[in-house]
Amino acid sequence: MAEFKEVSPNASAGEKLTNWFENRFPSAFSAYRIHMSEYYAPKNFNFWYIFGSLALLVLVIQIVTGIFLVMHYKPDAALAFASVEYIMRDVPWGWLIRYMHSTGASAFFVVVYLHMFRGLLYGSYRKPRELVWIFGCAIFLVLMAEAFMGYLLPWGQMSYWGAQVIVNLFSAIPFIGPDLALLIRGDYVVGDATLNRFFSFHVIAVPLVLLGLVVAHLLALHDVGSNNPDGIEIKGPTAPKDAAGHPLDGIPFHPYYTVHDIFGVGVFLMVFSAIVFFAPEFGGYFLEYNNFIPADPLTTPLHIAPVWYFTPFYSMLRAITSEMMYALILCVIAGALLGVLKGKLAGLFKAAIVGGAVVVSALMLAIDAKFWGVVVMGGAVIILFFLPWLDHSPVKSMRYRPTWHKYLYAVFVIVFLILGYLGVQPPSPLGERVSQVGTLFYFGFFLLMPWWSRLGEPKPVPQRVVFAPH
Amino acid sequence: MNIIKKLACALVLTVGAVSAAVAAGGSSIPWDKAPVKTTDLASLQNGAKYFVNYCLNCHSAAFMRFNRLRDIGLTDQQIKDNLLFPTDKVGETMKASIDPKQAKEWFGANPPDLTLIARSRSSHSGPGADYLYTLLRSYYRDETKATGWNNLAFPNIGMPHILWELQGERRPLFETQKSHGHDVQVFKGWEQVSPGLMTANQYDQAVGDLVNYLHWMAEPAQNSRVRIGVWVLLFLSLFTFAAWRLNAAFWKDVK
Repeated sequence: MAEFKEVSPNASAGEKLTNWFENRFPSAFSAYRIHMSEYYAPKNFNFWYIFGSLALLVLVIQIVTGIFLVMHYKPDAALAFASVEYIMRDVPWGWLIRYMHSTGASAFFVVVYLHMFRGLLYGSYRKPRELVWIFGCAIFLVLMAEAFMGYLLPWGQMSYWGAQVIVNLFSAIPFIGPDLALLIRGDYVVGDATLNRFFSFHVIAVPLVLLGLVVAHLLALHDVGSNNPDGIEIKGPTAPKDAAGHPLDGIPFHPYYTVHDIFGVGVFLMVFSAIVFFAPEFGGYFLEYNNFIPADPLTTPLHIAPVWYFTPFYSMLRAITSEMMYALILCVIAGALLGVLKGKLAGLFKAAIVGGAVVVSALMLAIDAKFWGVVVMGGAVIILFFLPWLDHSPVKSMRYRPTWHKYLYAVFVIVFLILGYLGVQPPSPLGERVSQVGTLFYFGFFLLMPWWSRLGEPKPVPQRVVFAPH
Repeated sequence: MNIIKKLACALVLTVGAVSAAVAAGGSSIPWDKAPVKTTDLASLQNGAKYFVNYCLNCHSAAFMRFNRLRDIGLTDQQIKDNLLFPTDKVGETMKASIDPKQAKEWFGANPPDLTLIARSRSSHSGPGADYLYTLLRSYYRDETKATGWNNLAFPNIGMPHILWELQGERRPLFETQKSHGHDVQVFKGWEQVSPGLMTANQYDQAVGDLVNYLHWMAEPAQNSRVRIGVWVLLFLSLFTFAAWRLNAAFWKDVK
């Protein structure tokens, strides 16, 4: 047991009260010190470092508004649509709560995508922060599940047919697919059973996992310390420290970054509120127009598109046609040849690579392209988990990488945006070609990273972080 | 004229020609801009009157309560006296007078609920109000149809021209144009065949009021939403300014 602290009898009432609590709950006080007042963060954070805090803010917005929505929402295929309109019309301030929740869903993906891009830019996933990155990728994956299931709940046409299309994807998996899809739906088509289980997952199961992962993400981050735009370790054994052993390039998170983040929160809330109050549909991208029609299992909409945040991955799914399979098989064979010719491996390993490539190619010919589309779509998210081991650049931060790396990352972002745009559009022959090239680029960017990230001459990395006083 | 200007002109002309061809080739006509103004209470009240008198016979507005019309300046007594059947209560939602089974028999489809029609008919080509405004002004006589009516904005529509007494009968005029070596029928305008109770301008205004009402009914909170939003943003700009100065005060000592 921690030692009992005494305060002088002349101390103020506030001091006595604090002391009373600290003696009975010391871990709360040490947690505050470890994570807030004595957590030293690099002082050179820039604009990109706001999105982690904002993601936490949006998570809180979603949970709080979600609690109030559940008070009035009815998870029943016959009542769900009407209950959402009841919230919009008859529940006092219901429209505000609902718009905050629907805008919050899109805002979540905006800040998470920007947060992930920051990690990419400054090498925040690299040793010793691999687990921070992996927990983050898991959060992204779980967030996608959360958003997908939540989107069914308003029970509009897009909710219904979007869920129908995505759940049907699982039935493309060989052998277990049809049974798996049945298990997810709880019925042969999306119906009341699906709505009920998605509701249960959306409001309790997935948020619990999400919260656990967020805690793990933050604990792991505070154990290894934050990266910074220069990619320099401020707490390493050679890093400069003051007499008390605190890093010279670090400052306590509280108050410096709390006050910083409050300012960021203000700016964010202005954008967020402008959308909630003046354009809650956001031109049909945050609330799709078709979703104001109640779900009708007998009328398929002309054009079914997922919400914007899924569309880059949806594009990759649509890009995998049976024609595209030949291109993918060529890639597998080329990859295997490269491994055999260039890799410094034992003969047995080389034989295994050739054998593996032959088996995979045969499977790619034998199984329907739809299944491989699902594999590609899932793989596009899963590949992010391996980023710490794909990047072999001698420096962490983009600032000190060869200049052409910046252009490559810019192209990557543009390709990702184009894929997103194409996923919103109805299928077209030209769009299909472009999304196929985009898909190959996306995977090429990651899979060839061990090779290209080593190329070029990195710029000299300074000893101390670059910081201009305000 | 330099080459860039020439190229730009060529591009504009090409895009114009292509979009004209697309507009002519499709079965629907471009949408007219609806005179939507949800702060114009007189227009909304007039629209509500048309809605209850003409639309509510076949269509419902199942999520809309009669007493929500208080938001557009009507009192419960006015609603009761002018818009309700004597047996209905002001707290009830707007139900259709027609039996859905009969409607299906008569029109081939169940008349859709209209509560959200202005929102759900929006698309990336324009707001749903514009579509409705165009639709209700694009009816013409077509004896090949069971109802005797057809519509340029919604070909083979199941709904007859309910407002025909007001508008009278009209006939669309087409002009044959050459496009890429093909003869294309291009919509030119309307010809009044027989007069209605209203002039063309009066009719446009009446439909405008009705569409304004439909637009408001799709989201009755929209006026207060915008009003509150202005205050929220004013508050947030003050908050952000204070946070900005506070941030600067803390960070000025960080060297």
